[in-house]
Amino acid sequence: MNWNWSHVDDFMPLFWDGVELTLKALLFGTLIAFSLGLVWAIAQRSEKKWIRWPVTVVTEFIRNTPLLVQLFFLFYVVPEWGPSMSPLTTGVVGLGLHYSTYTSEVYRAGIEGVPAGQWEAATALSLSKRRTWTSVILPQAVRRVIPALGNYVIVMLKESPQMAAIGALDMLGQAQGYSQATFTYEAISVVGVAFIVIAYPASLLLRALERRLVR
Amino acid sequence: MSADNSTSQEIPNPAVDGSELIRFDKVVKRYGSNTVLDQLDFSVASGKHVTLIGPSGSGKTTILRLLMTLVRPDEGTIRVGGQYLTHEEKNGRLVPAGEKHVREVRKNIGMVFQQFNLFPNMKVLRNLMEAPVTVLGLSKDEAEQRARELLDLVGLGDRCDAYPTQLSGGQQQRVAIARALAMRPQVLLLDEVTSALDPELVAGVLDVLRDIAHTTDITMLCVTHEMNFARDISDQVLMFDSGHVIESGTPEKIFTEPEHERTREFLGAVL
Repeated sequence: MNWNWSHVDDFMPLFWDGVELTLKALLFGTLIAFSLGLVWAIAQRSEKKWIRWPVTVVTEFIRNTPLLVQLFFLFYVVPEWGPSMSPLTTGVVGLGLHYSTYTSEVYRAGIEGVPAGQWEAATALSLSKRRTWTSVILPQAVRRVIPALGNYVIVMLKESPQMAAIGALDMLGQAQGYSQATFTYEAISVVGVAFIVIAYPASLLLRALERRLVR
Repeated sequence: MSADNSTSQEIPNPAVDGSELIRFDKVVKRYGSNTVLDQLDFSVASGKHVTLIGPSGSGKTTILRLLMTLVRPDEGTIRVGGQYLTHEEKNGRLVPAGEKHVREVRKNIGMVFQQFNLFPNMKVLRNLMEAPVTVLGLSKDEAEQRARELLDLVGLGDRCDAYPTQLSGGQQQRVAIARALAMRPQVLLLDEVTSALDPELVAGVLDVLRDIAHTTDITMLCVTHEMNFARDISDQVLMFDSGHVIESGTPEKIFTEPEHERTREFLGAVL
């Protein structure tokens, strides 16, 4: 098998389309996963059972079923009675929702790691619930979980090709299409390298962040 | 933090002496099967400095935690300034109070903890400003001025921009005292405030507290093992054992001629 640069050239327009979709999915998926995860984590600390209980059921359900199934469900079943979304939007929502149930566990660990004395001091100063969360608990909790959260960005990058199953062609999806049509392997190789080029600097960045934040 | 005592109860005799700031009526607190406070009645007059002494597990710290609403009584009532702390009157019955009521009464109470519990994510100055600004509604300028005055009072006027972890334990505890005072509480609760400090740092913290005790009319409730300090600042000493006050009196009386056998034993062990 000989490496043929002309296949690489041919693939490039598709590749850049794929990269764009991958990065979009990653960016918006991460935003959803990080913010929704925090909502789940705080809701599970609620004093009200009727908040805690459904959130636990939903997050456990999502965490314990495959992302692929959820993507199919969002794309083919939800539009039957709900909104119908483009493949990319569906992919972003699916990815974000799925990983929010993981990030919520990360936040939970961070929140539980804040010493009880901090809650007590906040009570002793009569800080409101909201203030206690925003000024005291979350700044301390989030700081210590940033490295663990960052890992999920890399996991999400590597899981984003699953969106191809609902027609949102990320860079791997594009390469697969091209390779199967031409019986060549150059496109897949280019994408393999692209994953490393994105993921490795990202993990270096995370490690640098970790050194700065975790004392 | 839901109220533990879900049953409503009769309103106890409301006759309250005008000078009485804190009153416990038949307060019961259990942890599991362990009854820490058993039908405790006691009161503290406004402006007095009261020290609670007794063996560990005798319920002293629980009293402070009940007053700070960190724990709720299983039975009985607590009043501060004539207001029920964790109960409200509804249709002539007492029912557990909502969070709003509790917060309102609690604003009159400040607490200093054994482990300081400063907010490590905030600089010293903001530790003192956070609650006055967000709870009392002070302007930033007012709160900052108050904070700087208090930091001067505890001898740390030059450490406003430090983070708590950059301070020694003694300095942290002095900041914590200033933080509690920034809320201008009527009652200050001191929970073994020197127990976590290296011996050479204890004196600085106690000096600050002596200063506050002698120059303000704040009511102090103090749990301590520093008997000399207790003797210096207290108007009244309460000796606890197994959830009951077994003896109370002036420091002179308790420390020099205790009546109760348990008090003599306890003081013999700690002095």
